[in-house]
Amino acid sequence: MQSDTLAGAAITFDGVGKSFDAKGGSVMALEGVDLAVAPGSITGIIGRSGAGKSTLLRMVNGLERPTTGKVMVGGRDVGTAKGARLREIRREVGMIFQHFNLLASRTVRGNVALPMEIAGVPAAEIRRRTGDLIARVGLEALADRYPAELSGGQKQRVGIARALATGPKVLLSDEATSALDPETTQTVLRLLAEINRDLGLTILMITHEMAVLRDIASHVAVIEGGRIVEQGETYDIFTAPAHPTTRSFLSGVTGVTLPRFLADRLTAERPGGPSREVIRITFLGERATDPLLAEMSAALGVEVNILAGAIEEVGARPFGNLLISVPAERGAEARAYLESHQQRTEVLGYVG
Amino acid sequence: MSANLINMLLEATGQTLYMVAVATVIGAVAGLPIGVFLACSRKGELLSAPAVNKVLGILVNATRSVPFIILVVAIIPFTRMVAGTSIGTTAAIVPLTIAAIPFIARLIENAIREVDSGLIEAARAMGATPLQIIRKVLIPEALPGITLGLTLAVVSLIGYSAMVGAVGGEGLGDLGIRYGYQRFMPDVMAAVVVILIVLVQAAQSLGEWIARRVDKRAPRNRGA
Repeated sequence: MQSDTLAGAAITFDGVGKSFDAKGGSVMALEGVDLAVAPGSITGIIGRSGAGKSTLLRMVNGLERPTTGKVMVGGRDVGTAKGARLREIRREVGMIFQHFNLLASRTVRGNVALPMEIAGVPAAEIRRRTGDLIARVGLEALADRYPAELSGGQKQRVGIARALATGPKVLLSDEATSALDPETTQTVLRLLAEINRDLGLTILMITHEMAVLRDIASHVAVIEGGRIVEQGETYDIFTAPAHPTTRSFLSGVTGVTLPRFLADRLTAERPGGPSREVIRITFLGERATDPLLAEMSAALGVEVNILAGAIEEVGARPFGNLLISVPAERGAEARAYLESHQQRTEVLGYVG
Repeated sequence: MSANLINMLLEATGQTLYMVAVATVIGAVAGLPIGVFLACSRKGELLSAPAVNKVLGILVNATRSVPFIILVVAIIPFTRMVAGTSIGTTAAIVPLTIAAIPFIARLIENAIREVDSGLIEAARAMGATPLQIIRKVLIPEALPGITLGLTLAVVSLIGYSAMVGAVGGEGLGDLGIRYGYQRFMPDVMAAVVVILIVLVQAAQSLGEWIARRVDKRAPRNRGA
């Protein structure tokens, strides 16, 4: 397949709202959603079940229509498109699903061929491209098997090959790894990142797992109660989450929880008498691996106690998260030193 | 049992097979679109047409609620119109077909409803038209269920065909009534029953075999 036909397309949501009719009135599933997905990016939408992320995703290929606002894909209004026009847009938007949604009655080859048959591609062309697509997802040996004979990861690879069959500009991923084990999840995510890199197509994915986004997303939007509560570059969201929902999603992913015996004793107010201030430091970029604490301890003569910490990567950029305690009376001084070295600090509380 | 009787049994078997085969084929050809439409035309579905769906559903139920023996007699004028006569084996195919169509339609409707809605969604996301979804997704995916449904229809039609003696239709049932019962020939009755059992068993086994062949949902080595 020629990659030059597969440049990514931008997706924009402009004041998008969606209400469903329900008993005793209507339910707002989405409200005032503004979101711009850059062409060629991998953007992740994260939210709990029922937050509206699935509805949002399904608007991009017109499986759901907005009640208010506008959804544009590659400059075309999906929300109002109908009939042949809508089907044409849909051929430029591939989609993969949590439960794969493969036809049990067709082989791998047959499943990958389906979108092309639907689009009226000539049979010879279908045969050629089907082979290429199956090779791209590494399933040559299984081309004549039926889905029932494949593992979950293999099924999702078929799903991906099928989604790419009509040369889309956008790939929608509806919890594509949620039914897979962690190891398979990694291989599928790597494949998606590879496709994004090689073909340059825009990937919009929804998930409830922050770890999935950490590994491949360049941008993240957090959705809660039908509204986008936070959005930005993945690195910024991970290192400086602003909204409580984002933090709660992150808490399981980044290794920054306070040990239990300390968490129980933590108070928000500084107690009378001697106490220690508990500080969270977020080390960014190259400095994430610097021995900054040792330097601070030497420079200020402050005794530093390390409580918990981890160095992680978002994309390929490292960041560290450390929980330390210092004598409460030296806290302000220590934080000033760290901030002056471009690190983010946050006071979590005090331990008497 | 005389050679004459054996001939009669063979001939009756042929007549039964003839009636059932023609009624099944026409019933399937007419029942398939009706079944597909019933499965896809409820509110908000692929061919959303709730009013037509309701009317068609009532019509199907009405036909199915008439006992077959009553149906045979009640539609005699219609049979005469279609077959040119209201008496005989060929004429008996008309009521058999009329009974088969709504029955097969319901069976196909059920088989199609069993198809995972995720597949319809995937096909819609590919830009498929409703007709493409029916042809390329719903019918192939429902094929194992449709096959089993048609098997059930064949077995039921073999039973129904025994009643067409009421309008001069021949076949095994008619032979059993006229010779086995009315002329007190228990050996004929026994032979008719045995042949019917064999026919039903054969139809059932064949249907299940075909359904297994078209069913790719489970690995082939699952065992039969």
